[in-house]
Amino acid sequence: MNEHQQSLWEFMSQQSDKLLTQTMQHIGLTFISLFIAVLIGLPLGIWITRKKQFSGTILGIAGVLQTIPSIALLGFMIPLLGIGAKPAIVALLLYALLPIIRNTYTGIIGVDAAVKEAALAMGMNKWQILFKVELPLAMPVILAGIRTATVTNVGVATLASYIAAGGLGEFIFGGISLNNTNMILAGAIPAALLAIIFDFLLSRLQKFNFKKIKTATATLPLLLILLASLYFIPSAYGGKLTAGFTPEFMGRQDGNLGLQNKYGLKIHTIVISDAVMYKAAYENQLDVISGYSTDGRLKAYNLVVLKDDKGIFPPYYAAPIVRQDALKKFPELEKTLNLLAGKITDSIMTDLNYRTDYLHQSPEKVAADFLRSNSILKPSRNGNSGIVRIGSKIFGEQYILASMYSLLIKGYTDYDVATKTGLGGTKICFDALTNNQIDLYPEYTGTGLLAILQPSSKAIDSLILDKNKTYNYVQREFEAKYSIEWLKPIGFNNAYALMMREKQAKKLNIKTISNLKRYLESK
Amino acid sequence: MITVEQLSKHFGNVKAVDGISFEVEEHENLVLLGTSGCGKTTTLKMINRLIEPTAGSILIDGKNILEQPPEILRRGIGYVLQNNGLFPHYTVAENIAIVPQLLKWDNKRIEKRIAELMEKLHLTPDYLNVYPNELSGGQQQRVGLARALVADPPVLLMDEPFGALDNVTRAKIHAEFKALDELKRKTIIMVTHDVQEAFELGDRICLMDKGKIIQIGTPAELLFKPANDFVSGFLKEQRLQLEFRAIRIRDIWNWLPPAKVNAKAGSFSADSDVWTGLEKTKFGESANLNITWKEETKSAGFEQLISAFYQYQSNKRA
Ligand SMILES: Nc1ncnc2c1ncn2[C@@H]1O[C@H](COP(=O)(O)OP(=O)(O)OP(=O)(O)O)[C@@H](O)[C@H]1O
Ligand SMILES: [Mg+2]
Repeated sequence: MNEHQQSLWEFMSQQSDKLLTQTMQHIGLTFISLFIAVLIGLPLGIWITRKKQFSGTILGIAGVLQTIPSIALLGFMIPLLGIGAKPAIVALLLYALLPIIRNTYTGIIGVDAAVKEAALAMGMNKWQILFKVELPLAMPVILAGIRTATVTNVGVATLASYIAAGGLGEFIFGGISLNNTNMILAGAIPAALLAIIFDFLLSRLQKFNFKKIKTATATLPLLLILLASLYFIPSAYGGKLTAGFTPEFMGRQDGNLGLQNKYGLKIHTIVISDAVMYKAAYENQLDVISGYSTDGRLKAYNLVVLKDDKGIFPPYYAAPIVRQDALKKFPELEKTLNLLAGKITDSIMTDLNYRTDYLHQSPEKVAADFLRSNSILKPSRNGNSGIVRIGSKIFGEQYILASMYSLLIKGYTDYDVATKTGLGGTKICFDALTNNQIDLYPEYTGTGLLAILQPSSKAIDSLILDKNKTYNYVQREFEAKYSIEWLKPIGFNNAYALMMREKQAKKLNIKTISNLKRYLESK
Repeated sequence: MITVEQLSKHFGNVKAVDGISFEVEEHENLVLLGTSGCGKTTTLKMINRLIEPTAGSILIDGKNILEQPPEILRRGIGYVLQNNGLFPHYTVAENIAIVPQLLKWDNKRIEKRIAELMEKLHLTPDYLNVYPNELSGGQQQRVGLARALVADPPVLLMDEPFGALDNVTRAKIHAEFKALDELKRKTIIMVTHDVQEAFELGDRICLMDKGKIIQIGTPAELLFKPANDFVSGFLKEQRLQLEFRAIRIRDIWNWLPPAKVNAKAGSFSADSDVWTGLEKTKFGESANLNITWKEETKSAGFEQLISAFYQYQSNKRA
């Protein structure tokens, strides 16, 4: 528990390097996209004041872009632009377009017609009217648009970490998956501060009189470029190979921290979401990734697991964890859930995952097929003596397991089932369980130990290399601390693993993590 | 000289201007007068090509304006609008400097010219660095006038330039306007729907209705030789005052009493209209005017002016 007692300030000063990097990336992302959005939106906004017949269409399109949920927009970008800064910037700039186009348009349309006519009558040409009359007079309105866009961008940029573009989202989402409040706050507070500061500065700018605005708008592009360039400072160093790690992996003792401490591995690392990591490795955008050993995409994308020769990755044996209340309330439950105990090996799980993640079969179908082939599938009894609530985290394997349990409970008992799948990461799922919002979900021993219990590092060292010791420890502690029961393990070990493309690993002759380190250090 | 020939402008079915022709002499002030919507503004804007005509032609000093680039044409034509159209983001000085800057004058010349105009228009230099919204309506209109005059264009177009001012301010500006030497060397077309103003400021008046010219002539011609009932009807309400405006001192010269021997030569001009003379005597409250015309000096007070006016009228009718 000593990690919990660490104050936010300690965390921030300990991680000040990363915090600075992420903040710079965050500001950079915000302003690169803002700058490009202004470059596109301003002329477009001006253009539709000249061709009013297009104004509806253009504003409509920009409006629709804004209604796309940010995660989805980032998702759309990956097939087009891959991962990293490029898709993040494009997604951000698409969000920023609407306020800039709209305010440019309304600002210019709103310029007093008599003033425009006077300008024309004095012999100004259309460019002189634009630059000397329309733009200066529309500037307060345009600045308001830029202000809106900036604040939106600071917020949306936290999501950029999902696609390896960096930013304060790394701490926020890493913290959420690691159940580390300090880490969440270390990302969230600076992000909020950035939004408030930029909002304040731009609001001041808006209130300037015309003379000051003139100087301000002249220096603004320069300032934008300067802020935008912040993004490139942290990533200026490169490396032989590029690793893509999930935010969760980045902050874990049994993840990147362990790689650094125990192996002394130094690799150019970007943070990326699990959802796109495998594909990015397959497409040569990443060389080393932090995957899970039973992930179906391992098979789909021809990746190999590097042997953990120093044993830093603890065992992650899966087992259902259930609230004791629920076991009492549903006497048949334990027996039924244990039907799956020992049934699924690593290779079976990889195959099941392959079917959902790669062949896109539904988890329900994969679960039913598996139970049928093991002759333990029974038709539903449509029971109604109580509802068992099953949760799952937000990835395929958990969906499959949840489906299996659902089928078993319906077939073997008179209980009905409500599934609450896709409960984000460990923290969300575990909180749902302790808060009596679900009765059970599949958990992994390693996660229970390191992410939830977080014992002292000494205790971890003594437990971690033995799968039985780990299981016994979490079983005992969960019961004592949370009144939650670990049932029998399902069989497979979904441990963290470093993986590479099979071809590349062969070519570079890398089989273990130590091999990788040696390769990276060789000249 | 401005020559307008068979000029028309149609907006869809609306014949805003319908085949009008007229000429404005060098240094003349022609007033376009008429009810709202009769096509005054449209006519005016065709002269600096803010509106392109549907048919017809406009010549300035014999040159077809459609054959010149509109920007170049406009830099040689001053334009004053009702709501002045000052740039709110420019100071007074910057506003006045717009056209000279377009014409690429050097800064010294611009500064000198602005100082000169400010003085002529009774604006103190304190106002140079002030923004238009800090000025009164009358001051704004003066700045608008200065802006139109700064490059000394030979032609000046004015669309209800005093329309937004209160009566007192307007009377003051009218007086300044008439006294301004700069304007005496300009060919001016001014739009108004105020009959008094037309009579006070116009050398000739062009009365329009529904896009057509009903009559064009001097104020006196409109008053005393109206082309039709529309014209007399249009002037009826303010007839008496207009007559005072339309008739000049020299017209009633014969009926004015001579001045005492040895009287000083008067400074009041016999070209002024009778109304101005009446105003000058403060409607009887101040001393007689000494007026000198063709080497002869006459003296008249309120009573004498009125009496001479009526004698002139009855004599004319006879
Ligand atoms: N851009 C336009 N489109 C359509 N109709 C117009 C346009 N401009 C003017 N009109 C019409 O042309 C006619 C003449 O308008 P104009 O502005 O010249 O009148 P005006 O004599 O200046 O009137 P006012 O004294 O009210 O200013 C009016 O019927 C007006 O509605
Ligand atoms: Mg008009």
